[in-house]
Amino acid sequence: MIVELGHFALILAFMVAVFQMIVPLVGAHRGNAAWMAVADPAATTQFLLTAFSFGALTYAFVTSDFSLSLVTANSHTLKPLIYKISGVWGNHEGSLLLWVLILTLFGACASWFGGNLPPSLKARVLAVQSSIAAAFFGFILFTSNPFTRLEVPPFDGRDLNPLLQDPGLAFHPPFLYLGYVGLSMAFSFAVAALIEGRVDAAWGRWVRPWTLAAWVFLTIGIGLGSWWAYYELGWGGFWFWDPVENASLMPWLIAAALLHSAIVVEKRESLKSWTILLAILAFGFSLIGTFIVRSGVLTSVHAFANDPERGVYILMILGFFMGGALLLFALRAGAMEAKGVFSTVSRESGLVVNNLLLAVSCFVVFIGTVWPLIAEMFWDRTLSVGPPFFNAAVTPFVLGLAVVLPIGAMLPWKRAKIGRAMRALAPAFVLALAVGLLTYAIYTGTSALSPIGVALSVWLVAGAVTDLWTRTGRGSAGGRAGRLWRLPRADWGKALAHAGVGVTLFGVVTLTGYQVEDIRVAREGEPYQVGAYEIELLGVEENVQGPNYISTLAHVAVRTLEGREITQLNPERRIYPVAGMPTTEAGIDSGFTRDVYIALGDPQAAGGWALRTWIKPFANWIWGGTIIMALGGFLSLSDRRYRVAAGAAKAPAPRGQGVPAE
Amino acid sequence: MTGASTSLRRAAMLLVATVTLALAVPAGAVQPDEVLDNPVLEERARGISAGLRCLVCRNESIDESNATLARDLRLMVRERLVAGDSDEEVVAYIVDRYGEYVLLRPTMTGSTIVLWLAPAALLLLGGGLSLVYIRKRGRSAAPSEAALSPEEQARLKDLLHE
Repeated sequence: MIVELGHFALILAFMVAVFQMIVPLVGAHRGNAAWMAVADPAATTQFLLTAFSFGALTYAFVTSDFSLSLVTANSHTLKPLIYKISGVWGNHEGSLLLWVLILTLFGACASWFGGNLPPSLKARVLAVQSSIAAAFFGFILFTSNPFTRLEVPPFDGRDLNPLLQDPGLAFHPPFLYLGYVGLSMAFSFAVAALIEGRVDAAWGRWVRPWTLAAWVFLTIGIGLGSWWAYYELGWGGFWFWDPVENASLMPWLIAAALLHSAIVVEKRESLKSWTILLAILAFGFSLIGTFIVRSGVLTSVHAFANDPERGVYILMILGFFMGGALLLFALRAGAMEAKGVFSTVSRESGLVVNNLLLAVSCFVVFIGTVWPLIAEMFWDRTLSVGPPFFNAAVTPFVLGLAVVLPIGAMLPWKRAKIGRAMRALAPAFVLALAVGLLTYAIYTGTSALSPIGVALSVWLVAGAVTDLWTRTGRGSAGGRAGRLWRLPRADWGKALAHAGVGVTLFGVVTLTGYQVEDIRVAREGEPYQVGAYEIELLGVEENVQGPNYISTLAHVAVRTLEGREITQLNPERRIYPVAGMPTTEAGIDSGFTRDVYIALGDPQAAGGWALRTWIKPFANWIWGGTIIMALGGFLSLSDRRYRVAAGAAKAPAPRGQGVPAE
Repeated sequence: MTGASTSLRRAAMLLVATVTLALAVPAGAVQPDEVLDNPVLEERARGISAGLRCLVCRNESIDESNATLARDLRLMVRERLVAGDSDEEVVAYIVDRYGEYVLLRPTMTGSTIVLWLAPAALLLLGGGLSLVYIRKRGRSAAPSEAALSPEEQARLKDLLHE
């Protein structure tokens, strides 16, 4: 019964979405306040209905209702509760329901917190947002209904893909979707502004927190996915340039560009049409990502569905929204005349360079990702574009960004003197150079790229510190340190996010450049040396029973070269009998400066076990940097100017009492 | 997806991939018995393997893959190296047998040149446009600068009170 109600609520939500996409838009066009105002209750209703529907599906999963074909295909009574819940979105239909749930949540948030928006803009934003929701409700109901019943329910389900039964992956999709879908708000604001024919500083201020939030969620989502790959896939890779990973990287890059260019709109009223275009493209890449994942057109680990009908529907959604928005852009962008002027050396120019590098690197990733399709379609060449291409093509952009970032961040608006910024950055530069040279000296004979990467990451972190310190003004060091804590949160957020980029870069560079690997047949009682550690296989237990799997479990001692035991690791190999699938669980000793990473292989005919050991320097810094970046985003998001805006929305103060522009 | 043969081949690969995944015990890539005694040759073998696609896997190189076919290819690479082939000869040997699809780094020939030139071309194009934009903004800088701020404020205020 609850399941039927959930299905019904979904159909109702679809109808509300269609209503909300038309009436407020017409109202805004005619200047009819009542018609515009219906957008608010409609947005809330839409969200509540979708939430109910999602709740009903979750209920079916938790109670293992195998009369639902989706539950049968993706769940099992023995599965731990957390994975019963995460199983809701561990499949095509459920993940789309999560997608629209988040979409309607963002729409509702725009209604709840958008009190200081001009009514016509707000009505249009909500209508555009609702049109996206309507398209996806239609997609779910017509091609991917999660509420399909089975005529004869089985006794038990077929279990969730064991690779997905993992805490890292349980929360990876929701964050990623919060990011993808969060960019829909930027899109709706852009299209609404195009319809209104007006973009100004206030628009930049409204659109930036949404973009920032979406970017933070994308950052966390990508970080979680990468962390999962690191410990789960059994050899410690963290990025594979898989089409699905690229699908999440592209909107991340564009969102990063967008949230920087929106600053220029907000502070200087320049780069307006470019920012609008970025807002459209950012969501476009989210849709492309959805298309790539959901259609399975580029085969990869993540493709749940391999169904052309669904692919074509998403392609139609993509075509409609991108085609429509870009057409509108072509018609109206001319009216978005820039106002602020700036000289060649200025913060504005720095941000143009930032946007250039981020946007071009995004397009490079895009071309590489779709190239196999293009080559097959036009030249009938079946070829692969893999990590070697992406590494070669994207690395220069990363290095370029790292070089200019600290300088650009220090330049004042309008007109700057490059010498002044450089003088302030001199200590950071010297430090980076020294660390780079030191690294090169220690690891003689290895490629020069790694020391350069190390130097650049030091440059980024030291540059961020310099930036923050410079903001405290002049005076005694003590006075400046005191002022440091009173700086606006946005300044701290900026410095943290920029430093986070450096920390992640450092982890990536050191891990790829200086990891130690050992592959051998290990026998019990025969210790051996890997890097600065002594490894000994103590024993292997077979047929260890887990909740829904059978495990082969090794005990491995990790010692210092003097023989002091550091830890015991238990690398595992599991078999999930229901799904008939094996997985590896590496034994990892995570540390601040290195991870000891051990994976168990096959038993050998002549006795012993294949054992792989890696010493991975600074592995955790990759995700540490990601967390720092996200934290910087959150701090910036909680800055006073946005809180003031939110407060104005809640207070019954006169409508439209907005924040004065800086 | 043009010819039916390609999609069929894809489908077959997918099927093989699924079956292999289901049967393979997770061992993880290079086995101890594959490792060559000569560390220089082994290093070269690893380098070559990282650039070759495991044909039955989803986006994995033979160096990372557990599949039987990947093991066969790894052994083949090492055999050729021990026989004295250069890196290029080994890769050519594999490409002769398995086609261009096996290369994770597409060759710079024919239409693929477009792919390899795209990053530089896009950067030049975007860089040129940005430069023109920055120059234009800079030229109009001198006269209107003073008048800007109050006007901006007024318009914003106007808008917010709307």
